[in-house]
Amino acid sequence: MSSIDYAEKIPNNVNLSEDRRLQRALESWQPHYIDWWKEMGPEGTATSEIYLRTAISAEPDGWAQFGHVRMEDYRWGIFLAPPEADRKVNFGAHKGEAAWQEVPGEYRSALRRLITVQGDTEPASVEQQRLLGRCCPSLYDLRNLFQVNVEEGRHLWAMVYLLHAYFGRDGREEAEEMLARRSGDADKPRILGAFNEKTADWLAFFMFTFITDRDGKYQLCALAESGFDPLSRSCRFMLTEEAHHMFVGESGVGRIIERACQVMTEHRTDDVRKFGVIDLPTIQRYLNFHYSVTSDLYGAEVSTNAATSYNMGLKGRFEETKIGDDHQLDGTTYSVLHPVAGGFQMIEVPALNGLNERLRLDWAADVAKGVERWNKIIAKHGIDFRLTLPHLAFNRAIGHFADIAVDPAGKVISTEEFNRRRDEWLPSDSDLAYVLSLMGGAVHKPGQFANWIAPPPRGINNQSVDFDYVRFA
Amino acid sequence: MIDFQTSPDRYRHWKLALNGAVATLTMDVDPAATLAPGYELKMNSYDLGVDIELYDAVQRLRFEHPEVRAVVMASNNPKIFCAGANIKMLGVSSHGHKVNFCKFTNETRNSIEDATANSRQTYLCAVSGTAAGGGYELALATDWIMMVDDGNTSVSLPEVPLLAVLPGTGGLTRVVDKRKVRRDLADIFCSTEEGVKGKRAVEWRLVDEVVPSSAFKDAVKARAEALAAKSDRPADAKGVTLTHPARTITADEVHYPHIDIVFDRDNRAAHITLKGPKADAPADPAAIQAQGVDFYPLALARELDDAILHLRSNETSIATWVIRSEGDSGRVMGYDALLQRHGASDWLVREILLYWKRTMKRLDVTSRTLFALVEPGSCFAGFLAEILFAVDRSYMLDGTFEDDDRPAAAVRLSALNFDGLPMGNGLSRIATRFLGEPETVAKARQTIGRDLDATACAKLGLVTGIPDEIDWSDEVRLMIEERASFSPDSLTGMEANLRFAGPETMETKIFGRLTAWQNWIFQRPNAVGETGALKLYGTGKRAAYNQERV
Repeated sequence: MSSIDYAEKIPNNVNLSEDRRLQRALESWQPHYIDWWKEMGPEGTATSEIYLRTAISAEPDGWAQFGHVRMEDYRWGIFLAPPEADRKVNFGAHKGEAAWQEVPGEYRSALRRLITVQGDTEPASVEQQRLLGRCCPSLYDLRNLFQVNVEEGRHLWAMVYLLHAYFGRDGREEAEEMLARRSGDADKPRILGAFNEKTADWLAFFMFTFITDRDGKYQLCALAESGFDPLSRSCRFMLTEEAHHMFVGESGVGRIIERACQVMTEHRTDDVRKFGVIDLPTIQRYLNFHYSVTSDLYGAEVSTNAATSYNMGLKGRFEETKIGDDHQLDGTTYSVLHPVAGGFQMIEVPALNGLNERLRLDWAADVAKGVERWNKIIAKHGIDFRLTLPHLAFNRAIGHFADIAVDPAGKVISTEEFNRRRDEWLPSDSDLAYVLSLMGGAVHKPGQFANWIAPPPRGINNQSVDFDYVRFA
Repeated sequence: MIDFQTSPDRYRHWKLALNGAVATLTMDVDPAATLAPGYELKMNSYDLGVDIELYDAVQRLRFEHPEVRAVVMASNNPKIFCAGANIKMLGVSSHGHKVNFCKFTNETRNSIEDATANSRQTYLCAVSGTAAGGGYELALATDWIMMVDDGNTSVSLPEVPLLAVLPGTGGLTRVVDKRKVRRDLADIFCSTEEGVKGKRAVEWRLVDEVVPSSAFKDAVKARAEALAAKSDRPADAKGVTLTHPARTITADEVHYPHIDIVFDRDNRAAHITLKGPKADAPADPAAIQAQGVDFYPLALARELDDAILHLRSNETSIATWVIRSEGDSGRVMGYDALLQRHGASDWLVREILLYWKRTMKRLDVTSRTLFALVEPGSCFAGFLAEILFAVDRSYMLDGTFEDDDRPAAAVRLSALNFDGLPMGNGLSRIATRFLGEPETVAKARQTIGRDLDATACAKLGLVTGIPDEIDWSDEVRLMIEERASFSPDSLTGMEANLRFAGPETMETKIFGRLTAWQNWIFQRPNAVGETGALKLYGTGKRAAYNQERV
């Protein structure tokens, strides 16, 4: 069941060949996907051979097989985690009922919406990152970028499979729309705000994979709890891949910090820009930006939709089944930070309505741990500087903080002051221009790294750092 | 008290921008500025307070801005065009408030359509961001719906799947009757929470066109200008500023310059006296313009409009309105003739006539028993005589009162009673009254301009009864007392059914079929019970329905 048949046009472990209708539908979507990848996938990679991991089965030993793959030969497929025997709906109004193998009619629209929103983020990030190959700091990093890209592409396949398999014509239309929207496009933008931002440089890419892909992890974790079993199984398998993306982000930023610290101690200066590396305050501003923009992805702090999806059994909490409560949340409350006249106050709301905030805080705590690991790098160099996460209300566009201006420390200020001091807190045009100026040309020599980033301590899959991770045709 | 008087300097929810022939009315609801406690107007949702401002803006655009030929309805919220009526507000409102709220919002939507059709001020709607429920119904009231094609913006009527109620502001009716959406597609549309977006919305005729975001602003402007070009409204005329009519409200009385209202609370009745003009009609449109808001027919229409709304919302246990008039019929006929003479040629006179038409319609759909009393000294003539055909019953004194040296009452008809002030069913009130005897309409028409005494009125069937002095006070007393003894609900239902003989129109369907079903559903546990959808909305919990089909 869980081994993957690469002999088929669409590799899969869902017995696709036994469902001719679905197979035909997906085979007719496939060329559109390939066209999209050619147009919007990583630039100039068609004939390159890249050292990628490919799933050959969804079992623990099968999903990370490494080898050089020509990008144009890469086979995206459909992989679900193995089924869990007698799985139940584990929360909400249907708690205790057998998990759904088909979409319950009354939840069709709500489920389709959840899957569409999740699916839309996958191609979006590929589009955001498509030009980064031009200025890669090393083959090692270029390979990581491509690995992230092909897996985001596969995650799109996972969601499109669900849309095709369970949602009829509407699902097929949504699948087409996924390929029609474009990140940052004025007319056909991606659904969520953060996925329409630019990822113009590698610091932004690493921040994105560290912070925004971590949102992806938490969203997938919540969907992996779903009472709709195919969604749960899809998300569980996607999560095995997502961990690497966050590793790329955290280690990437860590190596940029490492390099900055090296230059700071070597030259006994804070002014490292003249040595062509990225200064810590700029890194802080990037952190502020990505953290606040990603925070918006969780939606309103007090949310009807979140309550409804939970109660329907469609989207759970992070590690739902490990939480020791009734998993129905009737009559219980959750304390949510609210803006009140010039400040903040914790206010109890029905726990069901506080679920977005709860997931946001789970994510925020996870981000904070990573930031602490970065601070250890700085401390190791004996430098007196700490990266900090901005206040949750800082720079928000969605939810009940959207209408107030707050500085990173959490002080409510006037909009005028915020606008005046914006560049102290968020990447300024000159910050962006400076970082981009470092990304002059691609570094394609094995083992060589751009000046602004330290090499990693070890390579991928026990290969050496100077391994030829990408071979150009 | 709910006050229906407002003005742009007090708006909290709308922005009115004027740019020559095109005005833009932008919804930007202040969540905190609610009419009552217990809810927030998030996501451009509305309560009665938001709609009172909308009505005010629509009226001002007609009267204060003759140069405006097209009105763009837009939203300041990039994600949500308008989320419709606020659900929490509905959840905390009394049944009566909900019904009254829906009635007023319906009247306002109808007045928008009247502006497009008859004031030649065409409304178009620029939908960017989701237009859900009442948000789409607002769009439906306009003549042309444009929607951003951004993969996200949709129109929807999610009431049935989400709230277990109906789109109560004409949505169901306008989808099939006005936009002529095929019934099976309408069925899908009205049972799909997320609605329809993009090209399919055009194919299904839910919207008129979709435009990519980057081209939207220019497309709306071009469309508005094209619609404006078709209007006959004058570019150089001066508008009439709608200052508020003076009004004093005390415990048992309400007074306007031309209307006195006295409550008989024991009998749950209001005695409403409309006063005739104090001076002769001016000579021509220029003089009307100069009198502006004080021009008698306009002043009286505005006072009557405000009085109806005030009594409906704030005097809910006053069940019977007894309407009298007092003044010089000759003078009223002078104004009537002036209106008729210039109705087709002067924009302001046209507006005043349309306003009378709408105000009479407001009376038609008022859930109160309406009686008219025609007594010596009254001035039921021309457009004021229309009151007699709007009420449920009318009584005219045959002869005079002792100790009163005024002559016996007379009624005078004018052409306006036959043409120009139609009901929602498209017919005049007289034609509706004599649906089974068209010859009587013709006979009545022959009396235009003549004084009709009680006997003549009774013979023609223009009044219900003509008691003489001996019977008058008892007849009137008994009628009011008897009415007060009946169930207010059955009276509302009975009157609403008897008033609208004749053909169905979109308007009669909205106030009849749609409203009646909605008001029934509003009472049912599936909507408003402890486990009803309206009560549970927002909690994430699932409504538990009584599954019996009624």
